[in-house]
Amino acid sequence: MRRRITPYLLVLPGGLWLLAFLVVPLVFMASVSTQQGDVVTGFTQAFRLANYTDALVAYRTQFLRSAGYGLAGTGLALLLGYPVAYWIAFRGGAHKSTYLLLVLLPFFVSFVLRTVAWRFLLADDGILLRPLKDAGLLPEGFHVLQTAAAVIGGLTYNYLPFMILPIYVALERIDPRVVEAARDLYATGRAAFTRVVLPLSLPGVFAGVLMTCVPMTSDYVNASILGGPANTMIGNIIQTQYLVNNDYPAGAALSFILMAAMLAGIFAYARALGTENVLRVVAR
Amino acid sequence: MTDIQQDMAAAEAGDPAAAPVPAIELAGVVKEYHARGEVVPAVRGVDLSIAEGEFFALLGPSGCGKTTTMRMVAGFEDPTRGTVRLHGRDVTAVPPNRRDVNMVFQSYALFPHMNVWDNVAFGLRRRGLPREEVRRRVAETLEIVDLAGRERRRPRELSGGQQQRVALARALANRPRALLLDEPLGALDLKLRQAMQGELKRIQREVGITFVHVTHDQGEALAMSDRIAVMNDGRIEQLGPPREVYERPATRFVAGFIGTSNLLAGTVAEVVGDLAVLRAGEDGRVLLPAGDHLRPGGPVEITVRPEKISIETVEPVPGVSAVRGTVTDASYLGTANSYLVRLPEGTEFTVFEQNVHDSGLTARRGDTVWLSWQPQHSYAIGSRTPS
Repeated sequence: MRRRITPYLLVLPGGLWLLAFLVVPLVFMASVSTQQGDVVTGFTQAFRLANYTDALVAYRTQFLRSAGYGLAGTGLALLLGYPVAYWIAFRGGAHKSTYLLLVLLPFFVSFVLRTVAWRFLLADDGILLRPLKDAGLLPEGFHVLQTAAAVIGGLTYNYLPFMILPIYVALERIDPRVVEAARDLYATGRAAFTRVVLPLSLPGVFAGVLMTCVPMTSDYVNASILGGPANTMIGNIIQTQYLVNNDYPAGAALSFILMAAMLAGIFAYARALGTENVLRVVAR
Repeated sequence: MTDIQQDMAAAEAGDPAAAPVPAIELAGVVKEYHARGEVVPAVRGVDLSIAEGEFFALLGPSGCGKTTTMRMVAGFEDPTRGTVRLHGRDVTAVPPNRRDVNMVFQSYALFPHMNVWDNVAFGLRRRGLPREEVRRRVAETLEIVDLAGRERRRPRELSGGQQQRVALARALANRPRALLLDEPLGALDLKLRQAMQGELKRIQREVGITFVHVTHDQGEALAMSDRIAVMNDGRIEQLGPPREVYERPATRFVAGFIGTSNLLAGTVAEVVGDLAVLRAGEDGRVLLPAGDHLRPGGPVEITVRPEKISIETVEPVPGVSAVRGTVTDASYLGTANSYLVRLPEGTEFTVFEQNVHDSGLTARRGDTVWLSWQPQHSYAIGSRTPS
């Protein structure tokens, strides 16, 4: 009897935690998202679904921009991260753990602080641009901050380790003999990579894309520190609705639209590129 | 024209006087690794010539350099010094994908993301063979290894023995000029291993390809190979047909590594006719064929195989080796009895006795017994005349 309830007892603290701090607020927010009123007179439940359509119409641009920045950042992180993961996994030798630590090192500094440091680096008269402008290599009016490039760069930088680590884990698990077997069976170095290493690392790529794309899309720190008014992402809007405008129903509706959109995106992605399917396609 | 080209030209012209070009040739091959500033030799100079169609075994304990040697033939390691030739062509600097040999890996190294068919077709597709040809050859090879009907299975859905056969098929489908097998049966259980030994022999006869088989299992090497190279510490200690390696070990190492061996060191007391005589204990004698190198007073070390010795309770007739000892262990093994007998000098001999009678053990622990064997079954180590 006791043995049968033990697993449930073990899961209880975590379960209660999730219930109290995730499920309850979610239900609460869902309720808020259809309310009407303002912060002075108070909000009342009106089951006003138009909150959703209003939010979608008003902030369509920011939704699309967030998706675009998220995808661009994810793509860049994949391009930059895969070779790093590959190098550590296959050429890291005895120092693999040192290199992994280096990848994780930025996490020892606060997320916001790291992003602020980028603002110093990229400032219009900062240590990077000033000398280039003085040397006449860049026009005086050239700037990086307050552009889409700065925000996407910041997103890529901040979430890069989340791309590198899962790909590294997948590559690390590949038996080097399997790669040798490919070479033995007349595969060039390139063919051994595309036919064997890449397909076997796809589960890692799949996880890395999920782990970077989702937080990048809902990020607001990079846009507010590195971007300008033209780079506002949906995360910034939600923040403003809650903390500045005190329009809680609008903020809640926006949050649910974002959640739903990302869940749908992930679901479609998993269906289309589920690792089993990916492997089946590449094996041909 | 170089010698090689001449050989090749002669072979192609069908000149019977010309020696056929060996399938695999290693000349002065050395492999050194560098670890923490130190040079670690793995292979210390191997010369080897493996003939077309031969079933060849590289046999030795782990760390003897046999796998490194094979990996140099496949192209996964570059020799520090020396030359590797395949069918007369120097391939020392040629990458594995451009060598006409294929390897069966110890752990099979099947492509886990491909089914059986795609695994076997991999090499053929990389070489750009026409679709129809790929299909024909894969089907044919799967037939040979008895895996027809399992084309759509993934490696992890197969048993160890089936995976082994996929690995074999994947290499064989390419019709390489030589097949390299790295401990191919090592991961299988005993029954399956014995079955696969016969299977490998059959397949080799069927396809007629040179097989080079790396193993630490002497039984496997003896049972399957045309010739065996026994390796130790980066060198070949002996190279010859199984019977020669077993019956006439060139070195102490070979005698000890292949089968169970009894070693006895002594001095030649006299040479009578064509027999040399050693004294063993007070009343014991060891007889062996007197080669040119055996002189009275000279030191000699002999080896006798356990199954050549008979264990007796009465003194043996003259004309055979006869040594007295005390039984320290006697065990019944089913098909045979095994004894450990301590000789007066302190060395222990192992004796196998076939269980032809139902009488059980001939002697028990603590019994004093006579060991006897025919003179030709004493073999002086190192006296093998170079073949």
